[in-house]
Parts: sequence; C-alpha cells; structure tokens
Amino acid sequence: MDKIGELGFSEEQGDLLEVAMNFCRDRSPIETVRGLLNDERGHDPSVWKEIGEMGWLGIAIPETYGGVGLSLAEAVPVAEAMGRYLLNTPFVSTTLAAQALLVGASEAHKQAWLPRLAAGEAATLALLEAESDWDLTAPACEAIPSDTTIRLTGIKRLVVDAAEASVIILSVSYERQAALVLLEAADLPDGAIRRETIVDETRRSYEIILDGIELPAERLLDLSLAPAALAHIHLSANLLAAADMSGANLALIDYTLDYLRTRTQFGKPIGAYQALKHPMVDAYVLYEQARSHVYSAAHCFDRQGEGEIATRMAKVAALDAYSEAGDRSIQFHGGFGFTYDCDAQLHRRRAIWHSAQTGDGAYHKRILGQLLLG
Amino acid sequence: MSAVDQKELAEFRADAEAWFAEHTVKDPGFRLPLTFMEVGTDQQFEFLRDWQNKVWEAGYLGAAWPKEYGGGGLDQAFQNAATQAMRKHDAPIMLNAIGLNWTGPMLLDIGSHEQKQAYLKGILSAEDIWCQGFSEPEHGSDLGNAQTRAVRDGDEYVITGSKIWTTQGNYAKYMILLARTDPDAPRKYDGLSFFLAPMRVPGVETVPIRKLTGEFGFTQTFFDGARIPADGLMGGEGNGWSIAMQLLEYERGVRGGQAGGYIITEQNAFDVVELARRMKRGDGLAIDDPVLKDKLVDFIIEIQSNALCRQRLAVPSLNQDKPFGIPLASKLMATEFARRINEFAVSLTGVDGSYYVGDPNAVDDGLWTRAYLNAFSATIGGGTSQIQRNIIAEHALGLPKG
Repeated sequence: MDKIGELGFSEEQGDLLEVAMNFCRDRSPIETVRGLLNDERGHDPSVWKEIGEMGWLGIAIPETYGGVGLSLAEAVPVAEAMGRYLLNTPFVSTTLAAQALLVGASEAHKQAWLPRLAAGEAATLALLEAESDWDLTAPACEAIPSDTTIRLTGIKRLVVDAAEASVIILSVSYERQAALVLLEAADLPDGAIRRETIVDETRRSYEIILDGIELPAERLLDLSLAPAALAHIHLSANLLAAADMSGANLALIDYTLDYLRTRTQFGKPIGAYQALKHPMVDAYVLYEQARSHVYSAAHCFDRQGEGEIATRMAKVAALDAYSEAGDRSIQFHGGFGFTYDCDAQLHRRRAIWHSAQTGDGAYHKRILGQLLLG
Repeated sequence: MSAVDQKELAEFRADAEAWFAEHTVKDPGFRLPLTFMEVGTDQQFEFLRDWQNKVWEAGYLGAAWPKEYGGGGLDQAFQNAATQAMRKHDAPIMLNAIGLNWTGPMLLDIGSHEQKQAYLKGILSAEDIWCQGFSEPEHGSDLGNAQTRAVRDGDEYVITGSKIWTTQGNYAKYMILLARTDPDAPRKYDGLSFFLAPMRVPGVETVPIRKLTGEFGFTQTFFDGARIPADGLMGGEGNGWSIAMQLLEYERGVRGGQAGGYIITEQNAFDVVELARRMKRGDGLAIDDPVLKDKLVDFIIEIQSNALCRQRLAVPSLNQDKPFGIPLASKLMATEFARRINEFAVSLTGVDGSYYVGDPNAVDDGLWTRAYLNAFSATIGGGTSQIQRNIIAEHALGLPKG
C-alpha cells in the first residue's frame, strides 16, 4: 500500500517535546487543573501569556506572518504535552484558527491577523450547530449579502474559547455554498454568547447567536478556498486531538498504575491480580500503538493522501486507546472510581469530548474504508 | 567493526536480489510451511534443508558470522541486505530456526572456540538440525520449575525425564536442554543447568505430537537414562536459568547475532483484503459489506500500529517513558494480531469455511483455517500471551508479581 506512511521525528519536534513537557509539568500540576474546573475562564491568564511569549502559537505560522515557520508536525509534541498535564489554554483553538486563515483567507486577512495570533492573541473556530455531524461542508447558519454588508443568521454551538478570542472564524452558507466569515470580538452584541455546560470540564465552550449581526462584506473569506480550508481544519483538529489524547493517556495510565501498586485487598496490591493486570497491559499496548500513529500522522500530515489516512488512523487509535484506558481506570479504582475526586473521570470525559468534537471511530473508519479499500 | 563500504554493500544487495529472483522456488508442487513450527512431512523437511543449504552456500545466510566458523565475516549490514532480498522475493523460510536464531548467537557470545568449531558450520549448512528442550508436560509457563534430571557421572551426565513441544525433534541432531542438576537448591531456578545435548544417543526417544490441524511438527522427547558428554554443560552447574533467559532475549530480538533470514512468514493484512475482494456476499463481494469493511480497516490500522512501533524504537526521545514497553510487547502484538486476522479470514470464506485442507472445494486449499489454527503455536509457544502480559506488567509497568 503506497498510501500508508511511516514514522519520522524532527529535531525541532524533539526539542519542543522536552521543553513543553517540562513547562506543562511545572505550570499544570493536578491541583491547579482541579482548581480551574470552577474558574470562569478555565485557564490561568499568566500561563497563556507565557505560551504566547515562548512563540508556541506561531509554530505552524510562516515567518512572513510573524510565526516560527515550522509546521503542524511541530505543534503535535506541544499539544501532547498539554494533554499529558491536562493544561487548558486557547492554544489548540488559536493554532487551528491560524490554519484556517493560512488555507482559507486572502493575503490581506492573513497579514492582518496571523501576526496577532502568533504574538499571543486568542482565536477560535465556530463550525458546529444543532444537528451537525462531522461533515463540516453544509452549515445551516447563513451569511446573507446586502449591498456592502453581510447579515448573519442562525446559532453556532460548541465554540471553544469564544470568550477569549479576538477573532472567531465561522462556517456559514453563502448563496448555498459553504463559506468562512471573520467575526471579531467587538462584533458580538451583549447576550450573544452563552457559556455551555460541557462534558469535559477543563475546557470552556460557548453558544453564539448570530441573528442580527451585520458585518462588512470583506469579512467573507474567498469562497473558492472554503472547501479546502474546511477539509484542512477537520484534519488539523483531528491531528491535535489525537496528540492531546496520546499525552493524556500516559497520565491516565500512570495514575491507574499507581493505584494498582498501592491499593491492597485480601492482603496484596490489587495490581498483582491478573484480572486487573492483564487488561491494564492491553490498555497500555493500545496507548503505545496510538502514540506511534500520532507521530506518523504528524510526519506525514502535509502529504497528499498519506496525510489524511495517517491522521484518521491516529485519531481512531488514540481515541480507542484513551477511551478504553479511561473506562477501565474508573472500574479498577472501585468505589473511589465512582467519585468526582478520582481523576479517571476527567480522562473519560475528555475522551468523550474528543469523540464528539472531531469524529468517532465509526465515522473515521468509514472514510478510511473508502480511502484504503475503495 | 569497520565502516561499511557502501559501494560494496550496494553490489552485494544487487547480487542477492538477482540470486533470489533466480533461485526462489514459488511452487515446489506441495505446500511449503509458513513457519519453522509447521514442518510436518519429510518432503517439506528435505526441501527446506536443501534450500537453507543453498542460501548459505551462496553467502546469504550467516554473512555476518565469523569466517572461521562457516560465516561470511561481513558486517551485519550485508546480512540485513540479503534478508531483505529474501523478503522481497517471498523466499521460503529458513529451516534450522533454533540453531540459527538461538543456539548460534549464544555460542558466539559465550561458547568456547571448540564449541563454535564443532557446531556453527553445521547450523548454517542445515546439516545439523537443532531443537529446544525447555517446556515439560507438567511445566510449560512455569519453566523455572522444570524437573528433567541431569546427574553427573564421570565425563557424562545422565538425563531422565521428558520434554515437550520439541519443534523438529524427530529431525534434530542436537538439543539445547534445560535440566535440573540440583533438586535441593533453595531457589528452584538455581537448580537448573544448560546443556548442548546430542539427540542420537541411547535412551532418547522422540514421539511425534499431532497438532490441532491434524499435521505434525512437534515431538515429545523422552530421556531414559540417556548419557550425554559433560562438556556440553554451558556456564557451569546452576546457571541454566540465566542462559535460558539470555536465549529468550535472542528470540525477542533484544539481543543480536542471529544468522539472518526469517523463520516465520510475515502476515500481511492486504492478503486478507484481497480475499475479501474475491468472496461473495449476497449480490456483491465481502469487501462491500460495511461491517466487514469496518473490521478490515481495524486490521489495517492494527498492522500499521505494529510496523510504526518498530519504527519508533529507532527514535530514542519517543521511548523515554517506558523504554522496555514496546520491545516486550512486540511478541504479544504480532502473534495476537496474526491469530485474530486469520480467524477473520476464515469467516470471510463463508459457506466454504466448512471445508478443510485437502478438499478441492476449500478456498485457497484451506490455507486460512490452517493458518488460524497454527497461529496458536505463536500465542502459546515462547511464553503464552498471558505470560507475556505478566512480563510486560512486571517489567515495563512496575506492577507487582501475583
């Protein structure tokens, strides 16, 4: 199969992996993560500022637009490190918004926005709606042309980090075609956004009512670029979701192993019982396999054909592995596993979030079936 | 080792590819075993013995073993190139697996000059077939509890007991034997010793074991006061367990020194895809059934997982968290995958899954059912998958022993 890629690892990825793991470990101990669950913003602004200052938001932005000039492959170890320590910031939202601009925006928009994102301003994407699935190409929200403006209609849901974003890139239908629109924070009238209650409590997500918003016509991005931009966003989001789950899964496995080593019943550590030991090994093996897929997907991401296959495989592998490890972790923690205080719930909920946000296994495997087997 | 001359290596590779292109026999007129554990008939045995001998004489086996012991005296890169050429041309397996992959590397590492001279060339030429005497009828997974006795008597040891699952036992001239020299040792492991034992001496009897497929390939080996030379003792009395563990490291590829070639034909998920394109389902083909297609995609993702994990081992910074995890898990991953994909392939054959090897109506001569049943040899042999999980749990994940 010539469409199946291999694994590769750049020096820059290696450096970023080490630096990001150290940073996230220092800034995001589990007590801090727990403390932020009830925080309105859901993240520490000083950490977010540091991330901007270190240039991580510009990793996949070309130098011409104020970025570092690497690729999304180098954002993967950073996303993995953030997952490992459940560190929430608008890093992924902003990185994905930058990707949307790079593929879908005019030169003027790129010049206006990319340097600001690279320097640390948050941005996000608004792609989902009522009755959405993971096919992003037919939004029900509309941009209706009127003279020199466009008028927006409909409601966007699950807009991550919307309250922090300087700019939100919306998907809409414009004259029956999928299109992208730039919405600035100042364009939002009072009451237009509502914080949603979501399964993964480490994140912040919002509903946005678009009805009544009117924007200058140049906020509509080039229609001819929209399909490619939407496809690129979908795959980029899956790549970073897989990386996040790879990192988080190692934390989850270590957390569970610690309990299996220390909790005793019937006079011995419960990890000595094969009924727990063997499924734990199976969950661990799935994790290692998934991580190998993640770094293969990062390496192949920019290649036509191979990149999409590797990315969807990585998402399926990482999601399956993380879901299984979280499910078993709850069970293996026994009564404690049923409580809010056990971290297993943080992980199991996180996996459900990623499945719901960017596609479950059945969805990606159906597409892989077409790509691989015709 | 000196630096490899890349030009020389390229020429060697080209020669090897040409040689295997010319000499590989695809269809000898009978079924060739897919693994060294499936050699069930004299016809298969003789063919593979000749084949291995031919490959060695051509210089494509043992290329990196020392010249004075029958090897090629070249860098390992040359043997790797030859092995790749074999794979490329789907060449038959190497027969003398226990000799080439386990005994040979061990002798090279810890054997005396005399032992190397006595045994290595015969291993490469396939003149001397080797078998392994570790498992016993009452002690399989609990190998450290092996009870076959070895009692010193002058220049000999007297062996009494029984070994089982002896692959190619009926053809073997020598056995690597784990036997108990001290039944009173406080730790059961300390009572074990390791021998290079001749098989063709009085008091050794091999009885073929019929496998679940109906075929042969293993024996049970009975020792009834068999006398073997004492100079076959490796590493002194009481050190058998550590040598046996060292052998398992050759088997798992954690240690190098293997003669080259392969002893198991690799499973390819795309062979099963191809099967799904031929098998009918309703008005269409199996591959168009969405449920079957979903399963095929799972298998493709999984075989890719295993390939990518092997590639990842070459990237040290991606193996820092649990460095022994992937090496220790590789056997479990590969063998369980082979079992499940062959099981799936059997189901793909539909109604014709009712047939078995030998019937003219069997799909691909019953290959899939046979491969599925034979796959258990790898999920059980060399440490069952359950033992593998214990090893991974205890040595990679730090979980306590049961």
